[in-house]
This record gives sequence, C-alpha cells and structure tokens, in this order.
Amino acid sequence: MADRQVCLSGTGLTKVFGFGRQKTVAVDHVDFKFYESEVVSIVGESGSGKTTLAKMLLGLLTPTEGEIYFQGQKRDISTQRKRKEYWKNIQAIFQDPFSSYNIFNKIDAVLLDCIYMRGGRRLPQAQKVALMTEACGFVNLKFEELTNKYPFELSGGQMQRLMIARIFLLKPKILIADEPTSMIDACSRATILDMLMQLRDEIGMTLIFITHDIGLAYYVSDSVYIMERGKIVEHGSADEVILNPKEAYTRRLISDVPKIYEEWDLSTV
Amino acid sequence: MKHTLHQIFHSGKFVLGFCIFIVILLIVMVYPVLFPYPPLAIIGQGTFFAPGIYVNAYDSVHAPKYTLNLEDAAAKRIASRLSEDDRVAMQEWLVGYGIPQGEIDINDTAQLLGLWNTHYDPKAQIPGLTNAKRNYYIRLDTALEGLLATEDAVIAVKNPETGALEAQGTIAQSDYVNVGQVANVRFLPLGTDNFGRDILTQLVAATRVSLQIGFVAGIIATLIGLTLGLLAGYIGGLVDDVIMFITNLFTVIPSFVLLILISFSIGQERRGAVTVAIVIGFTSWVWTTRAVRAQVVSLRNRDHVNLSKLSGHSIVHIILNDILPYIASYVVMALILQISSGILSEAGLSILGLGPRTTEVPTLGLMMNWAMIYQAYVLGKWWAYLPVLITIALITFSMNLMNTGLDQVFNPALRD
Amino acid sequence: MGKILLDVRDLSTKYVTRFQENVYAVDHVSLQVEEGKALGIAGESGCGKSTLALSLMGYYFPPLHYISGDIIVDGRNISRMDPDDVRRLILGREIAYIPQAAMNALNPTQKVISFIEDVIRVHDLGSSKREIYERARILFQTLGLPENVLQKYPVELSGGMKQRTVIAVAVLLSPKVLIADEPSSALDVTSQKMVIKMLMRLMEDGLVRSLIFITHELPLLYNVTDDIMVMYAGQIVEKGTAKEVVFDPLHPYAKGLMGSIIVPEEGVRGVKLTAIPGAPPNLKNPPSGCRFADRCKYVQPACRVTAVNLRELPNGRAYRCIFSEEELREAYRNG
Repeated sequence: MADRQVCLSGTGLTKVFGFGRQKTVAVDHVDFKFYESEVVSIVGESGSGKTTLAKMLLGLLTPTEGEIYFQGQKRDISTQRKRKEYWKNIQAIFQDPFSSYNIFNKIDAVLLDCIYMRGGRRLPQAQKVALMTEACGFVNLKFEELTNKYPFELSGGQMQRLMIARIFLLKPKILIADEPTSMIDACSRATILDMLMQLRDEIGMTLIFITHDIGLAYYVSDSVYIMERGKIVEHGSADEVILNPKEAYTRRLISDVPKIYEEWDLSTV
Repeated sequence: MKHTLHQIFHSGKFVLGFCIFIVILLIVMVYPVLFPYPPLAIIGQGTFFAPGIYVNAYDSVHAPKYTLNLEDAAAKRIASRLSEDDRVAMQEWLVGYGIPQGEIDINDTAQLLGLWNTHYDPKAQIPGLTNAKRNYYIRLDTALEGLLATEDAVIAVKNPETGALEAQGTIAQSDYVNVGQVANVRFLPLGTDNFGRDILTQLVAATRVSLQIGFVAGIIATLIGLTLGLLAGYIGGLVDDVIMFITNLFTVIPSFVLLILISFSIGQERRGAVTVAIVIGFTSWVWTTRAVRAQVVSLRNRDHVNLSKLSGHSIVHIILNDILPYIASYVVMALILQISSGILSEAGLSILGLGPRTTEVPTLGLMMNWAMIYQAYVLGKWWAYLPVLITIALITFSMNLMNTGLDQVFNPALRD
Repeated sequence: MGKILLDVRDLSTKYVTRFQENVYAVDHVSLQVEEGKALGIAGESGCGKSTLALSLMGYYFPPLHYISGDIIVDGRNISRMDPDDVRRLILGREIAYIPQAAMNALNPTQKVISFIEDVIRVHDLGSSKREIYERARILFQTLGLPENVLQKYPVELSGGMKQRTVIAVAVLLSPKVLIADEPSSALDVTSQKMVIKMLMRLMEDGLVRSLIFITHELPLLYNVTDDIMVMYAGQIVEKGTAKEVVFDPLHPYAKGLMGSIIVPEEGVRGVKLTAIPGAPPNLKNPPSGCRFADRCKYVQPACRVTAVNLRELPNGRAYRCIFSEEELREAYRNG
C-alpha cells in the first residue's frame, strides 16, 4: 500500500530511568512507523516498557534519546502552547477508569474541557449541551442523566465509555488506548472495543493499543509490535506475527496463552 | 463535601476535640465582654494572693448588719485563730513549765486558755526552748488575747480637732453583713500573680494572644510548606532538588535553636506578639513541605493528572484543581498540628525569656515565665502556673484530638 | 462415576452490610464434585463466585452469614458445625482454599518455612522443626519447586513463585477438595501457565482429589476443568461439561459470555464479539423474575413474573431459562 501516510514514527527512542548503578533502561532504541488510520497493538508483559513508550508518544515523558516524528515533522513540544497543539492530535484512554477522573470535577467539566480544547469556549450554552449530548449518545449514555453527576457514581464500563465520548469530542488524529478493557468485565469489553472501532472508522484516527493480551491484539489490530525488556523484538501484520511468529519470544508468549480451538501445550514451561 | 462533613462530625474523637476547642474559644471571646478588666492592671499590693472572694473590710463595717445566731460560730472563730498545732504547742510549754500532763485537756479551750493565762510568762526558763520557739509563743500569746471575749467590738473615729477617739458604733459577735450589700467585693478565682494582677483575666487575655500567635504561625508555616511541597513534588527535577536541599538543611538544624537565635537577634524592642508568630512560622514549615511533597509525588503520575495535562491545562490549573483537592484534608490536618505546635513554641520561647516583649498583652508563655522568675513553683503558689499549664495542655490536646479524628475519617486504614 | 467428594445442596448465604442491609450473594446453589474431577465456576465480577467459594468452606464470619442448605464433604455435613471445629478439622484437611491475591497475604517478615511451621502447628500435628522441614522439602520436590524457596522471604520471590508457594502450603495436609479463586489472574502469561501446570500436577499426583477452579478467564477455565458452571447474580444459570458450555451454551447470558472470548487463534479475527448491555441487578433487592431479564435479547413478559427454575436435562446439563433447548438453539441460529 503505497498511499499509506506515516502518521507517527520514531527512531532510536530510548528512555532511561535513574543513573549510575540504579540505571534502568525502560525503552531501548525502539524504531516504529504507525500509519494513518491503522490499528496498531504494542504487546508486552509487565515491565516490557510498553507503558513508558506510550507516555513518550503522548509527550508525558521526555525521551532520553531518539526522535519522534509526527506527520513527517520532527515533534516539537518544547512550550506549553506547542504541547497543547500536539495534544489536540494525540489523546489517550487509560487502563483504570476509576483513577482516570478527578473525583472533584463533575462529568460536565470533563466534557466541557474537550469542547474548550477544540476552541469552543465561546459557543452558546445550548450548542455546548448539544455537542455533549451527541458525544454521550455515541457511547450509549444519556447526557441528561449524567449532567451534574460525578464520575465515581458510574460503573467501570460507563466511565470507560465516557472516556470514549471525550475522544469523540476531541477527534484526535491518534488515540493511544492503554489496556482499555483490562479492568472491566468481558461483556462490557465487546461494547468498548466496538465503540473504539466505530470511532476510528468515523474520524479516521490511528488507534494504538497498549496491551498484554495477545488475543486482544490479534483480534483488533492491523499490525502488531511485540516488546520484550524495552526492545521491539518483532513487528508486522497481525496475521504474520501471531500466526507465524518468527522470534522465540513471540512464540513462547503465544504458546503460554490458553487456547480453545487448539490443544494448549502445558509441557513447554 | 456535605458527606465528608457528616462523617467528620460522626467521629467521636474529632467532636470531643472540637467541643473543647470551641469552649475555650467562647470563653476567650465572652469573658472580656462580661468582665472588661484590663488584663495587666496591678490591683494587689503584694505577691500571690490566694484565690478567693475579697470583701472590702471598710465597706462591710458600714454595710447593714443582720444578726444571725449560729451555734458553731464561736467554735469556728476560735478554731480559725487557735489551730490544733497551737494547742499542742501550748500543752508542750505548760508541761515544760511544770504542769502535770494529766491536768491539761487540749480539747477544752476554756480550761486550756485558763491555764495559759495563769501561767504564761514570756521570761520563764523552759528547758530546750529555742529562740525561734520563744518568739512563736510570744506571738501566740498576743493572738490569743480576747479570744474568749464576748463583748462587742467598738468602732471609733478620730476627732479631727481633739484627736480623741469617739465611739461611732459597735459590732456584735453575731453581726453579719450581706456580701451583696457590700460596695466593694472582688472575686479572684485564681488569685493574683507576683505583681498583684488578676490571674484569671490575664489567663483569658493570654489564651487569646497565644491562639492568635498559633494561628498566624500555623498558617504561615502551612502556606510555606504547601507551596514548596507542591512545587518540589509536581515540577520535580532541579526545582525538587533545590527545595529538598534547603528543606533537608532546615531539618538538620533543630528549629528551636534557630528560633532562639532569630528571636535573640531581633532584639527586645521589636519583639511583639506578631513578630514572634512570624518567626515561629518561618522556622516550622519543614515537615509540612516534606509531607506535602511526598503526597504530590504519588499523585503526579496518576491518570487523572495525565488526563488533565492532555486536556491542555496549565501547571497552575493542574496544581490547583487536580492536586490540591486531593491533599486538602491532609493539609488541614497538618495546619491543626502546626497551630498547636506554634502555641507550644511560643510558650517554650517565652519561658526562656525570648518571647514577645509586651506591656499590654500577656501570653501563656509569658505567664509561665513570670511564675518561674518569681519562684511560684518553689513557694507552692499553684494558681500562678497550674491554670496556665492546664490551658496549654487543653488547647494542644483538643487540636491533636481533632487531628486524630480527621485522620480516621480521611484514612480508611485507621477506621475501626 | 466416581465418588462424590463435595455435595452442596441448596446453599444460600448473604452479606450483611454496615447499614444492616442484606446482600444475597449466593442463592440456592447446588453442586457436586466427583473424585478426580475439576469443576469450574465462571462469571463476571460481582456475580457471587468468590462468595460461593468462601461459603463452600462452611466457615462463616461477619459480614458473611449462612442462611440455609447443606455442605457434605465426603459424607460429613459441615454446614452446621461449630466454626472452631470447622477451622480445626475441615479447613486444610478436607477443604483447602486459595483466596484471590493469596500471594500478597504472605507475611513479609517471615521466611516461607516458618509460615509452613505455623500452618502445621495450627492443626496440632505437633512435630519437630526437622520433621516439618523434611516434609516441606519432599512436597516442594514433588511439585518441582526449588528447595531454597523455603529459606527465603516472600519479597525475594517472583509473583508466580509466591503464588505456587501459597498453593503448595495449601495442599500440605492433602485436602480432598481444593478451591482456587482466581489463582493466576494477577500474573503474566508465563507464570500463569506454571501455576496451572502445578494445579494439574496436584490432581495427577493425588495430592488433592478434586478441584474447584474459579475465574473470569474462560479460555483458562476451558483448559483446566472438566465441568463448568456459569453464575449470574448469585445463581447458577448454566451447568455442563467444559466443551458443552463453551461451544454450545444454552442460557443467553452464557451465550453472551462465550461470545466475548478472544484467543490468538486463526478464525478469531473479524468474528463479531457479543456485547451484553446493562449491568447485573443489585443483590440487595434482586428482581422476582429471571435475574437476567433486563439484559436479555430474548426476554418475554413471562420472564419477569416468577422466578425461573434450573432445568435439568437428562444428559446432566442444566440451565435456567423459560425456553426449551430447541427454542434457544433456534433463536441463536437466527442471531
């Protein structure tokens, strides 16, 4: 596919925490290319550096080494204004919906922030409400029932859907979803994934899943990156990586996951 | 918010502490309105008058008299002038003089006095009698004069022309005056201090000033600690290193020593109550800084803060909206402790004589200082220092109770 | 058919909250576990599966309270026994229980061996330190755990090793039934596999004679257990062999649950996942009719009227729905 535009890429991206004897290399010279409107998964076990990588992509952590390119340009987030501009293009959904919200702010404030971010501060009140109602409607929530409520009055699944409503309002180019379904029930998981996919189709954003669940990565993504101890050990299309893994680590990771159609080989550990 | 308040007032510890504190506060506010005495006016000539009701003797002579025939009046009068020890001493003298011990009944006042009046001679040689003892017997003899008298006392006024005494009236032994009808009565529940000042009035005024010092010092310390802690914790990096370096420096130097040095260098003249409060505030922010920083560091990487960043909020907005509310309960608790330690610091400074220099307002510490200088402890004048001690203890106790109560509400791990 | 080791009949238990409200977390649950078999219990969070595990031990302490029913362990009814006797005679010997996040319950200031000593002493098997050590060593050897773990502190062990240690300690007294509540959920896949392998080995070696395995991870349950029970809102809604329940679920809730399985296998991509809207009912005041009615695609007015009973099929399966087997299959075929 020659017409695919690279949306976000990185070369030699490295993050080192601490120094001297306590030095830990969380992300170690990582290269990647994420294309526009594709679904990417970064898969790794805990401690593989996938969350650190996500935070660097989001601009919440400064890389120790290496460069990130956004839409072909070297990313520049040196000032608050530039950061704000960057964050209009890249957004995130976090793992734990219960800690993602400021418990002192009402739901309205969460959604209004998004409208303001897209320059809607001067809009008339009725139009703001219409926007918020539309966003809530997209994720099957009723704004009339949510207004003047606090996020902690919702269930985990509802909170995560509200997060998606937030993204719906912001319409970023890239969404990083850090284990968005690991803390919610299997039945709500399908809903969340459906909504994310639908949102991607609607606004054509690049969706980056950060996950430890190789099954989920296979199910949702176009391409998959496997991370082990800060390094990307294998990447390619989902079918290539999951069904015909080349690296020993990937093979082990896949064989360790319980299957239902094939025999789960317990002798390998 | 409402729910939190509800929970707070369900905590027994907090409510007890709060009640004690409110009672102290009410007394401090209401007392000066009801009794507008100047707190440092010297009213007594002499030191350490015991607590009691002081009735003007001159006025009571002229007050209307009532006759009350009370059975035990005579006995009480005698007992107040002739104590049990005196009776034993008299018996001792008489035995030494040569009266057989069997003939003396020390409980029969009339017989004892009869024997005494017949035999007592200040010049008599009693074996083993020291000079001090001899003087004591002379004083006792004078005091006993007229003890059994039943006649009225005569009030006489000096005639300005002749200089002769003219009888104006008599006071019978069964005469009483109604205290309410005496023009001048002063109730001194806690007596007077070494300068002859009313201790209760002074104590109330001192509590007020000490609370003010505590509040000013506590608020200053908390503000400094909160600001530095927030900055160090949230911004991190070099800012954190610099702030923590300074903080650690202050931690190592005992703050009380620092306090003493600063108070001393300010000099006597400029050391008012507010100055001392500020000095205390500027030397006690260290622990608040460290505690706030620790809390902020753990909050800094929480997802809701990240989300706020991604929403394009400025550092100030994030600190005020996403960090501060989460540590507010903690800061309130720190403030309460800072206030109570501010009061204690002032007391500590003043005892050393480095407290506020003042002629209008006392502080709790100054009262302790005066009591110490004039040796109230040694002389057993408990009213000069015990009420002050109790007040300081009550204030700090009530604040610590409130703190523990809040801790239980905000820290679920401590709930029972 | 093997000997039935654990026979539970109509067990109901409840929680009493701080505000004296009753939460009916386990409602008339019956189950049998045969010797040599593993029974799986599946369900979402809050469906009562962990409470069931706790209730099965017959050891109740506030806020959990017993209401009715029988628990028969190897022929002995323990549901009305004195709690102290249950603790002394049943727990550890007849039934062993591994709670969720058990690995975090290890005392960080105690070596593993002194923890084992404590466990053995509580069951007054007064033996010397040497004997206990020898016994622990043999057990660890059998289970393929390194012997030096015994002399280590919990912080020195990895998560997987801690969990395996806890399981080893739980089976120290060779219990007849082992109840494992989410024993591998907090672990990464490799450690999870090791824990599962160890559980399988315990069964093979006869250190435990039957297993009750509780998890929300269906692929795992499918691989470990012989039979699966699906719980919803405190009740059993479906029962059958692992294969039947996973590939041919009858109850609409079980159908939804199985439709949300994701595994990294060919043919999974592109298959639409089933989503069940809504949330489980509040168990303080459960609905009188079918508890799943509010979320069910196929709901009928009759569903909400009276409680729906568990239908037992001749082949040993059971499900709680007013529709017949054929009607349900027909409905699923039409989507």
